[in-house]
Amino acid sequence: MGLEQKLGDMGFVTVRLEEAVNWARTNAMWPMLFGLACCAIEMMAAQASNYDLSRFGMELMRASPRQSDLMIVAGRVTRKMAPVLRRLYDQMPEPKWVISMGDCASTGGVFNNYAVVQGVDEVVPVDVYVAGCPPRPEALIHGIITLHEKVKGEKLVKWA
Amino acid sequence: MRTPVILEDGMSNVTLSAVSLDEIKHLVSDRAIEGETVLLNMGPQHPSTHGVLRLLLELDGETIVNCVPDIGFLHTGVEKNMEAKRYLQAEVMTDRLDYLNTMGNNLVYCLAVEKLVDLDVPPRAQAIRVIMTELQRIASHLVWLATHALDLGAMSVFLYCFRERENILDIMEMVSGQRMMTTYFRPGGLWRDVPVGFEEAVRQFLRLFPARIEQYEDLLTNNPIFIDRTKGIGVLSKEDALAWGLTGPIIRGSGIPYDLRKVQPYSGYEQYDFDVPTREEGDVYARYLVRMEEMRQSLRIIRQALDGLPYGPVRSNNRKFVPPPRSEIGTSMEALIHHFKIWTDGFPAPKNSVFISVESPRGELGVYLEGDGGNKPYRVHFRTPSFVNLQALPMLSKGHLVADLVGIIGSIDIVLGDVDR
Repeated sequence: MGLEQKLGDMGFVTVRLEEAVNWARTNAMWPMLFGLACCAIEMMAAQASNYDLSRFGMELMRASPRQSDLMIVAGRVTRKMAPVLRRLYDQMPEPKWVISMGDCASTGGVFNNYAVVQGVDEVVPVDVYVAGCPPRPEALIHGIITLHEKVKGEKLVKWA
Repeated sequence: MRTPVILEDGMSNVTLSAVSLDEIKHLVSDRAIEGETVLLNMGPQHPSTHGVLRLLLELDGETIVNCVPDIGFLHTGVEKNMEAKRYLQAEVMTDRLDYLNTMGNNLVYCLAVEKLVDLDVPPRAQAIRVIMTELQRIASHLVWLATHALDLGAMSVFLYCFRERENILDIMEMVSGQRMMTTYFRPGGLWRDVPVGFEEAVRQFLRLFPARIEQYEDLLTNNPIFIDRTKGIGVLSKEDALAWGLTGPIIRGSGIPYDLRKVQPYSGYEQYDFDVPTREEGDVYARYLVRMEEMRQSLRIIRQALDGLPYGPVRSNNRKFVPPPRSEIGTSMEALIHHFKIWTDGFPAPKNSVFISVESPRGELGVYLEGDGGNKPYRVHFRTPSFVNLQALPMLSKGHLVADLVGIIGSIDIVLGDVDR
C-alpha cells in the first residue's frame, strides 16, 4: 500500500485524533434502510450490483435507526409521514447525518400541495441535498462523497 | 383520546400522536382488549412493507388473528394537483404514482386524454408504446422479484435482478432522457421518435434476457427454502378473488385468466400473439410462477412488436392538440401559432368524462378523466391496482405466522405510491 515503507518497522503511526475519527466515520457509514417513494428505487439501484455502494463501506443498510449513522430521505415526505420521520431521526444515535435525496425531499418538488412537506429540512436538519427527480445513482453517490468531505472537515471542538 | 406531543427543539410544528386502545377498539377483537392477544405495530418504517405501509397486527402467539392496514403515509395529493395543471402538464404527475410502472401510467393517461378529445395515434407510436410498456412490465417484475426474494432471504437474486433492470433503464434513458420518470408518451403519440440504436439495444436485451430468467428460476423455483416459505401460504380462492375485485397476477395465480390486454385490447395489443399464464393453486408460489411466465410473454410481445414495427410519424397530425414539429415552425405561420397556443395555453377538452383502463404489472390501472370545456381537467381519478389488491391482505394473512406475512405482502406486489396516490 505504500504505507509500510513510510512507517518503516516502527509499528505505529501518529495522526491527529480528528483525522483518525473522521476517517473511521466516513469509511463505515451505515445508512438506514428507509425508502419513501420513487427515490428509494434509485437508492436500491445504487446499492445493487451496477453501482455497488459497498465501495464506500455502506453495503449494510440497517432497518433499525438505532444502528444507523446516515438517514437518506429518499422520496416525498407527506404530512402523515413527517412525525414518523422525525421520530426515526431522534432514535438514531449521535453522530448522525441526513441526505435529502431528490427534489421532493429537498423542496417538495412538483408536489406543491396540501399533502407534501415542502422540504424535509422543515423536520430534520439536512447535511447534503441531492437534486434530481429521481437522482441517478451516480448523483446519490456524489452526494455521499460530498457528505464524506464534510465529515472529514469536522473539528474536535464540535463533537462535544 | 389523542394526546398530541409537540416536538421540543422548535424545528418543526408537526405533532406525534399516541393512539389509545379505545380508538382502535372497533378494529381488533375483544381478546385484544382483554389482553389475551398482543397488538403489534409493523411499519411504516419496516424493510419488508415495500414502502411506507403500516400494519396493525393482532397476534395469538406468533399467529396472525387480525391484520389492519393503515395507508396514507405516501398520500401525495396527485389527483388534486392534476386539476390545477393543463392536460400536457398533468401527465408529469402520473409518472410518480406507481413509480415502477411509469410508462404504463403515462399510457393510461394519454389514452384517456386521447379518448376525451378524440385524437388519433399513428401505428408506429402505438407499437413503440407497446414495446416500452412491456419493457417496463419486465422492469417492474424484476424489482418485485428482487425485493420479494430479498424478504424471503435470497440476497443474490436482488443483485441479479437489478443488474438486468439497469439494461431496461438504459433503453428508457436512450428514448426519453430519463431513467425512471420518462413522460415519453404524450397525448397523440410520443415525445419523439426512438433514436438510432434503439432497435439494436432492445434486440440485445431480447437475446440476453431469456437465459437470465432461467438463472432466477434456477435460484428459486426448486429451492426448498423458497418453496417452504411460499407454497400453501396466503391462499386466495377463485371466488374471493372475484368478490374482492382483485386484478392482475394475483388473480391469475388463482386460475382466473383475466388480462385487459386480451379482454379489452388497447394500443394494438390485439395484433400480438401471447398467452395469459395462470395457475390454479392461488398461493404465494403460484403468483411467483405467474409473474415469471409473464416476463417471458412480455418478451414475446416485444419481439413481435419490434419485428413488425411500422415506419411513419410518431405523433398525430392534429395540430389543435399536438405541437407541430420543430422544422415547421420556421416556415409556417400556422405552425408557429399552434406551437405558441399549445405551450402557453394548452388545448381545451370537451365537457365530458371518460374512463379507460390498462393492464399494469399489478393489475387493472384505470383513469377517470372529466373535462369541463377548459384546458385543465375538472377531475382526475385513478383506479389503482395496488389499492384494490391490498384489501386482500387481511384475508390472506389470517392464520399465518408473522414471518409469512412478509411473503404475502411481497406476493401482492404493492407499490405505496400506487396505493396512496
